Amino acid sequence: MPNMSIKKNVMPTQEPSIRNQNFDEVALGYTEEQAIDEAKRCLNCKHKPCVSGCPVKIYIPDFIAKVAEGSFEEAYEIIARSSSLPAVCGRVCPQENQCEGKCVRGIKGESVAIGRLERFVADYHNKNCTEKAEAPAKNGHRVAVIGSGPSGLSCASDLVKKGYDVTIFEALHTAGGVLVYGIPEFRLPKAIVHKEIEGLKDLGVEIKTNVVIGKTITVDELLNEYGYEAIFIGSGAGLPKFMGIPGENLKGVFSANEFLTRINLMKAYKEGSDTPVLHAKRVAVVGGGNVAMDAARCAKRLDAEVYIVYRRGIEELPARREEVEHAQEEGIIFKTLTNPVEILAYNNPNDKRDPKNMSVCGMKCVQMELGDPDESGRRKPFVKKDSEFVLDVDCVIMSLGTSPNPLIKSTTDGLETQSWGGIIVNEDGLTSRVGVYAGGDAVTGAATVILAMGAGKVAANSIDEYLKTK
Amino acid sequence: MYKILEKRELNPTVVLMEVEAPFVAKKAEPGQFIILRTDENGERIPLTIADFDRQRGSVTIIFQIVGATTKKLSMLEKGDYLQDFVGPLGKQTHTQGLKKVAVVGGGVGCAIAYPVAKKLYEQGCEVHTICGFRTKELVILKEEFEKASNKYVLMSDDGTIGEKGLVTDALKKLIEQGEKYDEVITIGPLVMMKFVCALTKEYGIKTVASMNPVMIDGTGMCGGCRLSVGGKTVFACVDGPEFDGHLIDFDEAIARSNAYGEFERHKYEAACNLFKKEAE
Repeated sequence: MPNMSIKKNVMPTQEPSIRNQNFDEVALGYTEEQAIDEAKRCLNCKHKPCVSGCPVKIYIPDFIAKVAEGSFEEAYEIIARSSSLPAVCGRVCPQENQCEGKCVRGIKGESVAIGRLERFVADYHNKNCTEKAEAPAKNGHRVAVIGSGPSGLSCASDLVKKGYDVTIFEALHTAGGVLVYGIPEFRLPKAIVHKEIEGLKDLGVEIKTNVVIGKTITVDELLNEYGYEAIFIGSGAGLPKFMGIPGENLKGVFSANEFLTRINLMKAYKEGSDTPVLHAKRVAVVGGGNVAMDAARCAKRLDAEVYIVYRRGIEELPARREEVEHAQEEGIIFKTLTNPVEILAYNNPNDKRDPKNMSVCGMKCVQMELGDPDESGRRKPFVKKDSEFVLDVDCVIMSLGTSPNPLIKSTTDGLETQSWGGIIVNEDGLTSRVGVYAGGDAVTGAATVILAMGAGKVAANSIDEYLKTK
Repeated sequence: MYKILEKRELNPTVVLMEVEAPFVAKKAEPGQFIILRTDENGERIPLTIADFDRQRGSVTIIFQIVGATTKKLSMLEKGDYLQDFVGPLGKQTHTQGLKKVAVVGGGVGCAIAYPVAKKLYEQGCEVHTICGFRTKELVILKEEFEKASNKYVLMSDDGTIGEKGLVTDALKKLIEQGEKYDEVITIGPLVMMKFVCALTKEYGIKTVASMNPVMIDGTGMCGGCRLSVGGKTVFACVDGPEFDGHLIDFDEAIARSNAYGEFERHKYEAACNLFKKEAE
């Protein structure tokens, strides 16, 4: 008999007033009892709508059935058949728009907490399984993967399991891409990412850090000089956007990328780190996506009063609902229907050498109203008359999205891209160059971890087909 | 890990290091830079490439001890290893087609100006080098520059070596004497470059300045290195590091360069204290 509670089992979390002072993980995870109880809410529908909502097509009802039985390791094996990063996806997937959005239980009540169960199963496995995965027999073909973010890791994982000799090239000094430089510790502990990457190394994947493809080595050199037979480009969308308003280059204005990289990758919030980060008193984060929430919650943990400044309404925030709720609980102030027009500079007229000169001392904003829906289906904001005001802040973090990095495109002849920089691929992930595949944010522009992973899997299959028939 | 093959003190605060990095050496060109970390907790700092040896697979950096990281770096010896060393980043100096160039370096910036002067000289360009230092004991690469320049002018603020005065005085004099330069290339402290550019603007001589702002990744990701050039925001790491000196907003760059001044001072003192303790 299924558990007919209309609500999900609540995820245990750190108290908001405590967690906004530390960088430890916010969500603590289900206990075994909570997981079994939640798993029993699954109706095991014949048509499995949840699976159709999953970009990597995890056999969701099957793994949940195993959880309900208490066979957690078997549940893990089912997930691992489709996903190479379950502990990550269980934490950062926007499940409400994917598997859980399709769940039948969601029609009259809350969907089954699929994401929380996935996380539980992955954590159970990571904690209890000490067996090292064995490296599969090699088939003698070499593939290079550019970028060690979600798409690259999932592509490498699938290829190495098929016997390919895989090398991942990473520009930064640590592997993981956005999972290590972007998503904060309190949402995705770095130990989890590290463990997933170590697992790949055990399978035989080689990871070369400090190699910038397009600079240190080019795509053509990988193919012609270094003996790789196929390439997957998963270089992400790292280039931050700015608004183009006056004052954006003042001291105290950062891209969310810079602010988050200082904190997450460089550990600037820790005493021993040599990397500085501005400890501002009042911070405005401009934007409404997951990255904006991450930046805002990091700033809060550095003891600032933090505003989210977003030009549409609270309903239109593109961030995952849970991130918005967590941010609100932690005391982030939402200034929605608000748009910045200028960042104001401190200027001491009596002392030209005052180090505070040209630092942020406020942000001029206008209020917005929502009109008719635009081409994206969201109601279009327009400026409310005579609504200008100054928000008193000493730091501004621009979180307006990112676009693909042009380094690879500009150094690879014949690699076609969209006008905004996204690499053009067909449904198999193949680019305009033979043997060169791409996926993830490098193709789509900034999207989600799971979509990037899905693209990595598609490309891995295509590369396998290509090299088998070559 | 990247092995330190050679280490030499060029003056009491400037150190030369040759680092084993074959992949970087294979591609390096004058004007480009690398990013390094000394250790696991180290910050990423950009340093312009001072020289490279493709055969030996090595890249030479020259740095001034100004903060905690350069202090730590200076304590490493030949045979030690650097945690990370990535590059070559940025665009190389444009040297093609230049027939007569004035290279104007200041302080440790001369270390970066040297490979540029050398490349120009080797390709048959007439090179006039002007190097400025505060005082005699800070002079670096004098002989090297003399070998790679048709004319070498040494300036010092206090007159203890060369002529007393600023590099702009020397440059102005040469221009007034009728030297016609295709281009002036300037590398050094921001304030110096600002005044070199102001001078050459008066004479309408194209000038390129090499910028070295705060940055993290060096691949266009953080945007920390952004500058205003001709009213447009550019990233020094991927669009530069060299830009048209007449279009750079130097005042903004100067303000941005000291964004972490207080933290740096604190960290530098902490690093010095640590080394003092170790020495005791």
